[in-house]
Amino acid sequence: MAADLTETTTAATPRFLAQLRPHQIVLGLFLLAYPLIASDFWIVQIGAQTLFLGLIGLSLMLLAGYGGMVSLAQMAIAGMAGYMFAIFGENSANLGLGWPWWLVLPTAILFAVAFATVTGFLSVRTEGIYTIMITLAIAVAFFYFCQQNYAIFNGFNGFAGLKPPQVFGVDWRAPYPFYYLALAVAALGYFGVLYLSRSTFGIALQAIRDNPRRMAALGFNVRAHRVAAYALAAVPAALGGLFLVWFNGRISPGTINVGAAINILVIAILGGLGRPIGPFIGALIFVLLDNFAIDLIARERFNLVIGGAFLAVVLFSPDGVLGLWDKLKRRLAKRGGA
Amino acid sequence: MKLFLLTFLNGLTLAALYFLVASGFSLVFGLMRNVNLAHGSLYLLGAYIGYSVIRWTGSWYLGVAGGFLAIALVGLLLQLLIFRHMEGQDMRQTMVTIGLSIVLADVMLWIWSGNTYQFEAPDILTGTVAMPFVKIYSMYRLVILGTSIAIGIGLWLFLNKTPIGMMIRAGVDDRAMLAATGVNVPLVFAVTFAIGAGLAGFAGVVGGTALSIAPGEDVRYLLASLIVTIVGGMGSIVGAAIGALLIGMAEQFGLAYSPTYGVVYTFLIMVLVLAFRPQGIMGKRA
Repeated sequence: MAADLTETTTAATPRFLAQLRPHQIVLGLFLLAYPLIASDFWIVQIGAQTLFLGLIGLSLMLLAGYGGMVSLAQMAIAGMAGYMFAIFGENSANLGLGWPWWLVLPTAILFAVAFATVTGFLSVRTEGIYTIMITLAIAVAFFYFCQQNYAIFNGFNGFAGLKPPQVFGVDWRAPYPFYYLALAVAALGYFGVLYLSRSTFGIALQAIRDNPRRMAALGFNVRAHRVAAYALAAVPAALGGLFLVWFNGRISPGTINVGAAINILVIAILGGLGRPIGPFIGALIFVLLDNFAIDLIARERFNLVIGGAFLAVVLFSPDGVLGLWDKLKRRLAKRGGA
Repeated sequence: MKLFLLTFLNGLTLAALYFLVASGFSLVFGLMRNVNLAHGSLYLLGAYIGYSVIRWTGSWYLGVAGGFLAIALVGLLLQLLIFRHMEGQDMRQTMVTIGLSIVLADVMLWIWSGNTYQFEAPDILTGTVAMPFVKIYSMYRLVILGTSIAIGIGLWLFLNKTPIGMMIRAGVDDRAMLAATGVNVPLVFAVTFAIGAGLAGFAGVVGGTALSIAPGEDVRYLLASLIVTIVGGMGSIVGAAIGALLIGMAEQFGLAYSPTYGVVYTFLIMVLVLAFRPQGIMGKRA
């Protein structure tokens, strides 16, 4: 750490790579080699789904962990990107505008960012639990709007027949390409958020989380920072949302209902809001429970299992699995030192 | 003209229902700073319990009483077992109530399955009433409106004219000072929570009779409570009434005149209030 302070002139990226610790490299290699040892089910259903749900969770982690703003609208923002992909691109109902993929993808992400910015403008007027209430209201309002509106969002049915664009002649929905694409984008999101947290903006955001009045007195525009955080957090959410519609092949209001919005919160809290790896851990637990709750009790009782796990975490370990891990590490270090 | 009046009346009765649910939510939040995001689940649980009681006893009135009492008890237990142990940690309380609402929704699905239930009010309360312009209107909906107004006035009198109400209002303004004057604040909290929760249960049975009950209604009423409270202001009965009226009207007029954009009006009201009065129409600045 001390070396960091002196090396101010070196480029950001190499120093960034030099900071990778051994367990991160091992994990990275494992994730790269994972498809070689896993079946298609484990590659796509577990692997890729964990990665893109983690991305949506990551956007909440960025807002809540660094900005202190718990937003329940992140799933709606992801859904916005998914809907825009369906509307501007192609879908099976021939309702799409059929734009080329290199135009559709940025448009979808831009719409999500715009939606998030509006959400940010509305919710930064409030704090703490009010933020949860307002973002939840926005998310539910968006859900009902999509469900009732047939002119743009095709109402209850939504859009089907969505698939990733064919680029470089690769079928990106096939297990291997889909997994590696999700892995690449998740890594981009992970390192992007890590980089952001150490940038001037990220430090200011964390300072605003800790003491908004002092930061305002120091001349920082508290609201502008918060709105910018919403806009930035929309990017991983939008990317996750695109993978979600590619994975499901469809999007309908059910994709973005309250349950889905809460699931993202569950994912982020289960893993822990302290570090960007948290939501990915949370997503892994969530996806595993989702697929194997059938073995624990019954398939229909999945919500009971995940709700119970969530309750246990918020009641006994507010920092999530990451908090448990840190506690364990501290205890081991203490024993080692003694 | 007929459509307008009919929509107006429907808006009024929906507002009455929203008021019943949201006033409890707003009261609990105003006094204890707990956002009870399981409030919608309490509504649905009350409706289901009321349904079961009606099935067993055959009496609609017992069903209403059962819904109120059972949910008041659940509220009391929530307050004693959970909220009391996390005072001041509002973010954690919020998370816990979200977790509870997930679990409760699934338990209710387990017990009462995913069917839609409807039950009948007693004959005196049903039927139609002759009304000017709209010709006839559902008697039961007018009963809901009347009940809601009566409860609203009763709550207002309770809060403004009785000693306990005075303590609750004092608690809204300054909890520590109230405790310092020797008032048993935990007891006041428990009573308020029980009343607020009980109202949700009551609204569940009454509303379930007018409309129907099915999984998912919990979310609808949670959203209604949230928006009504955001618009009306926290901890204010009058605010909850104004908010409920605005949202109920917006929803019904939206549904009648521009069905695909109905939700937008509700949303616009919330946005306008947040833009010009972030603390809500009747809310006090924290």
